[in-house]
Amino acid sequence: MIRSLSQRKNMRVRLSYIALIPYLIFFLFPLYWMLITSFKTDTEITSLKGIPLIIQSKPTLDHYKMILFKTRFLTWFKNSAMIVSVVTVITMAVSIFAAYAITRLRFFGSRYFGVGVFCTYLVPPALLFIPFYKVVGFLGLLNNKWCLLFLYPTLTVPFCTWILIGYFTAIPRALDEAAFVDGASYVQMLTKVFLPVAAPGLIAATLFAFGVSWAQFLYPLAYIYREDQMVLTNGIYTTLIRGDVYFWGELMGGALLASIPVVVIFAFLMDYYVSGLTRGTLR
Amino acid sequence: MILPLFVLIVGLVVYPFVWSVYLTMLNKQETKFVGLRNFKQLWGYDTFWLVFGNSFRFTLTAVFFKATLGLMLALILNNLPFRGQRIWRGVSMIPWVMPLALSSMGWWWVFEPTHSAINWVLVQFGGTAKPWLSDPFWARVSTIVTNIWFGTPFFMIMYLAGLKSIPESLYEAAQIDGARALQRFRYVTFPMLSRLIAITVMFSTIVTFANFDIVRVLTRGGPRYTTHLFGTYAFNIGIEAGHLPRGAAIALFLFPVLGVAAFFILRNIARGEE
Repeated sequence: MIRSLSQRKNMRVRLSYIALIPYLIFFLFPLYWMLITSFKTDTEITSLKGIPLIIQSKPTLDHYKMILFKTRFLTWFKNSAMIVSVVTVITMAVSIFAAYAITRLRFFGSRYFGVGVFCTYLVPPALLFIPFYKVVGFLGLLNNKWCLLFLYPTLTVPFCTWILIGYFTAIPRALDEAAFVDGASYVQMLTKVFLPVAAPGLIAATLFAFGVSWAQFLYPLAYIYREDQMVLTNGIYTTLIRGDVYFWGELMGGALLASIPVVVIFAFLMDYYVSGLTRGTLR
Repeated sequence: MILPLFVLIVGLVVYPFVWSVYLTMLNKQETKFVGLRNFKQLWGYDTFWLVFGNSFRFTLTAVFFKATLGLMLALILNNLPFRGQRIWRGVSMIPWVMPLALSSMGWWWVFEPTHSAINWVLVQFGGTAKPWLSDPFWARVSTIVTNIWFGTPFFMIMYLAGLKSIPESLYEAAQIDGARALQRFRYVTFPMLSRLIAITVMFSTIVTFANFDIVRVLTRGGPRYTTHLFGTYAFNIGIEAGHLPRGAAIALFLFPVLGVAAFFILRNIARGEE
């Protein structure tokens, strides 16, 4: 039997949707499991009867009340939000100037600077957290959330600079020259030409800086042990996990609440993030 | 203009790195220079070799599955019409976007042996419950599965971008020559993607090799050090046991692999620019 081209295409789409199902189960199951756990009563969580995959008795908000009012969750949330916003602003300021200088100002070694930036963005936190322990201690910032303010930019600035270099290089030089003829200074050229034209890149870089700092776990875990100084990741990890059996509801609820800001923001700006990530990686 | 970046790179990356090399040559109290003694002692530890082997096993297995599953997912998504593709690409990216330390806590609960869903499902289908996190083999499987969950979307994004850049005319030409679907993949898609696959694999190797969050949350390196990676072991020795120089020595073992991967990425990128 000869099938028409559109029939065959329809068939292919349908098969693709079917093939997608196992992926979606794999990707979403842990989240679903976290979600239903956070609404189950403790008795139900620890009960061995019935089907654990659904909420069988009346759902409860107790775990969320406990997280919000009986733990320091709100403090950690505030700490995370504060640190992350300041880090994002610092990151963008440093990266924009650096990327602009590297792409447009010819100075000694500017070509190698790009490579240097690239290499530093490949350096993972696990390589440097031991020497940083000494640095943080030397500055007297152990157990102080503000130590993250100079640690996080080491992770965000190189990558953000790198993707901005990509976006800036794509701006045609004719645009610079036109601006020059109109009497624009270097600074004006940056604010009036580069930033508007590279706006998608700026959004992508901001998202990246925000996401990386919000998710960082190793640095706060290594340097901050006082509960009031913790951020979300290490706060939830070190204090909601207790010796008794009944912490799963709070732990899951806390982890979900702490993830919501990132997931929501990324959901709205997904396209910018994807193009920034692919351009930053594949150049 | 570039000064802040320069200060950041030299002051907060290069200098700490060089200094950590020096730190590895001190004794525990950091009062005496002991040369390579920390490395020599690590060399003699069975635990160290366990961590060494596990780091490579973890990385190779996880990267292989991420690259394969990610490619299949990208091919699937690429078949979907525009709207569906956007929605499901977005949904598939949740594991990548969610903070890994937090999602690992979810996985920790998924792998909990008595109350959790995964063993319940296994038993319903006639299998036996597994001691997920307390048996060396299953604990390794658990950490790797979590890593695959986290990293597959990254490969998918890269591959999907690559698939979009393959000109439609190549497929038309292949079709006219009578190439079947599998042949079109073998002779058009795969060769066109190969450079991208190589770069993505290298990137992922770096990130996977240096992973900390998953193992720390799921197993803390246990049972009996069998799931430790260099990052978590360095944390264990350096911060928790307070032997900073030895911790620094362990973390330094990350460097050769990172260096090699970075070299290949740079070479590939330079080749792409030619």
